[in-house]
Amino acid sequence: MEAVNIFIKSIFVDNMIFAYFLGMCSYLAVSKTVKTSAGLGVAVIFVLIITVPVNYLLNRYFLSPGAMSWISPAMANVDLDFLSFIIFIAVIASITQLVEMFVEKFSPALYSSLGIFLPLIAVNCAIMGGSLFMQERDYANIGEATAFAFGSGIGWFIAIVGIAAIREKIRYSNIPKYLQGLGITFIIAGLMGIAFMCFMGIKL
Amino acid sequence: MSNKKMLLSPKTKKILLGPLSADNPIMVQVLGICSALAVTVEMKPALVMGLSVMIVTAFSNLAISLLRNTIPQRIRIIVQLVVIASLVILVDQTLKAFSYEVSKQLSVFVGLIITNCILMGRLEAFAMSNKPWDSFVDGIGNGFGYAWILAVVAFFRELLGSGKLLGYTIIPESFYEFGYQNNGLMILPPMTLVMLGIIIWINNSKQQGKDIK
Repeated sequence: MEAVNIFIKSIFVDNMIFAYFLGMCSYLAVSKTVKTSAGLGVAVIFVLIITVPVNYLLNRYFLSPGAMSWISPAMANVDLDFLSFIIFIAVIASITQLVEMFVEKFSPALYSSLGIFLPLIAVNCAIMGGSLFMQERDYANIGEATAFAFGSGIGWFIAIVGIAAIREKIRYSNIPKYLQGLGITFIIAGLMGIAFMCFMGIKL
Repeated sequence: MSNKKMLLSPKTKKILLGPLSADNPIMVQVLGICSALAVTVEMKPALVMGLSVMIVTAFSNLAISLLRNTIPQRIRIIVQLVVIASLVILVDQTLKAFSYEVSKQLSVFVGLIITNCILMGRLEAFAMSNKPWDSFVDGIGNGFGYAWILAVVAFFRELLGSGKLLGYTIIPESFYEFGYQNNGLMILPPMTLVMLGIIIWINNSKQQGKDIK
């Protein structure tokens, strides 16, 4: 039940884009059409649900203070917490690389729609943010961490597809000259964020 | 000081000052918005964040520029990430040691400097093909361009949202007696985006709207 709660919460309340502004760069750069933004959204979900559980296990059994006591009692005092940034980013970079090769080999159709986005994703803040939030919030088990990852991915997907749809339509509107393009996109994103705030406090 | 003046040739000066407005990383290049905006509720974390990013951009630019001829093309992204991540770890540990409060407030966003697109963007676009000193200056310039936007956004959000600056109350008590109220909306995250939209608007009209997409 806790996992379902985390899932819902990370889609609506703690939305990656509107509550924490993670993955903003690709959010603004790729959201020109609905089709490509849906592709990127799927890729983000995909990579999040792989990297967060992997990093969860690494954090649980190697990085956090005293986590290595399962190897031998002598290691109970070892604290490798300061290495977590570099380990997480290495895991993310190599997993995106692996996923790219894997998808290319086994599903060319998926690769052609997803492929160009995968390298971009290694430096997407939403992915790194997922791992860091997982570490900070200290989820109880791997199920909860996966639910969090899946929920965050879906939240990101909804946000990017939403703004792409609005941007497709807004081309026909009469916007002040210097506000066109980036300026208005920021303001739309802000307004969407305010709308998303009505979900605050949802609990199952 | 005079020594430093000599080092800044006209070209270097352009590299340093360009990112402040005409080529600003946030407003024009649209880089590094991710980790920036959540830390601008108050001035203090925003300034610390700006400074940290400046340090990391400057030194990662320097390091990559020194290494640029030895890095194999295929694995350059990983090399860049490792350089950035080690610098960020240094910054993070320093913050934890010397100002724990701010480090708590910034929470995951210090770590997110790693995936800040300004860093990768500048490394790819500049440091990989320029001399170490120029790259270092470019890093400082871009870091500063990023920091001042953060400072401006945080200035207005803290002033209008809670009537304070750097934690000191600015709006006098008598204003509140006349019925002035803090704008609670300014504290909420989405307002940052709207603020930024307005800043971009102002900047664009100042630049006479060159090449708007």
